[in-house]
Amino acid sequence: MDSQNLAEVRADDETLARARDLVVALEAGKEEEARLILDDLARLREGQLFQELGKLTRELHETLKNFHLDARLSDLAEQEIPDAKERLNHVIDMTEQAAHRTLNAVEEALPLAEGLEEESGAIRAEWERFRRKEMSADQFRAFSRRLDQFLPRVEEEVRQLHRHISDVLMAQDFQDLTGQIIRRVITLVQDVEQSLVDLIRLSGGRSPQEQEKGAGEGEEKEKEKRNIVAEGPQVLASEAENTVSGQDEVDDLLSSLGF
Amino acid sequence: MKILIVDDFSTMRRIIKNLLRDLGFTNTSEADDGKTALPMLQGGGFDFLITDWNMPGMTGIDLLRAVRADSNLAGLPVLMVTAESKRDQIVEAAQAGVNGYIVKPFTAQTLKEKIDKIFERVNAA
Repeated sequence: MDSQNLAEVRADDETLARARDLVVALEAGKEEEARLILDDLARLREGQLFQELGKLTRELHETLKNFHLDARLSDLAEQEIPDAKERLNHVIDMTEQAAHRTLNAVEEALPLAEGLEEESGAIRAEWERFRRKEMSADQFRAFSRRLDQFLPRVEEEVRQLHRHISDVLMAQDFQDLTGQIIRRVITLVQDVEQSLVDLIRLSGGRSPQEQEKGAGEGEEKEKEKRNIVAEGPQVLASEAENTVSGQDEVDDLLSSLGF
Repeated sequence: MKILIVDDFSTMRRIIKNLLRDLGFTNTSEADDGKTALPMLQGGGFDFLITDWNMPGMTGIDLLRAVRADSNLAGLPVLMVTAESKRDQIVEAAQAGVNGYIVKPFTAQTLKEKIDKIFERVNAA
């Protein structure tokens, strides 16, 4: 039995005792005393009324708090979880693109490296024949033409190799971009966890003071959100409105600001 | 020319470092957020700062503000390289005194152009 029920029983006992006193006083013709007892009984009645009112107020307060939490949970379920799914799908796309970009560059670079290795090996063998004076004048002229073609080819194909290697380098930017998105989803998962824990605490009957504290924390979080904060890559279609779509738009915006 | 690269992702720092090397800038140092970067900058010797925005500890925008508030560093050219692509954010960075702003993902060409432009302006001033 909790303290509230105990208090009610005690109040009932007291009412009964005072009622008996009243009967005794009336039977004895003690009108003054009977009037005082009646006043007492009325006060007791008022006390109970206030207690009931207090109980109702607290229930209302808790219901409102619950409603607040329900709203947060439904927001998570309806908006943020689907958003997170879209973000994670975007992560899959980005990692896939980066892997293909890397593989494409490798597939194009390898034959270039092999071709250069093959031709330089053949030229080295001829050069050695020339050094051993085993080459006729005609053969030397042919060798000279081969060398004339090879040198610019090395220049050009090494340039291509450099481009492919740079492409592999740039493809690695996915790690930063997807990392930022995943971090954001982790924060969401923590948010869901916290909301569920709060819900369990509430249904387990947390004290009103603890609830006040929780509500305060939420407000602080909201306040933090209102300032301009880092958000990482914008992924969702709904985020496109106030977002630039590429470097050109950044440059336009900055030049409009006098840059 | 000594350049400080600030990004919490080591992969991005390496990418920028390699791109800079390709452009002929071989003297680079790295920091993983504003909190580590600021004392390095205050230690002196840096001519250029390239920073991300979204970092734990101290963000790039706060680092930029700290640099502009420090009389020894106030004139340091700062290029922001970030995935933050909201208009508000770009305006915010411009107001805080950024010298260039590149959104990720970016190309080697974009990096070169912005760096050239910044130094053109710094040298003209």
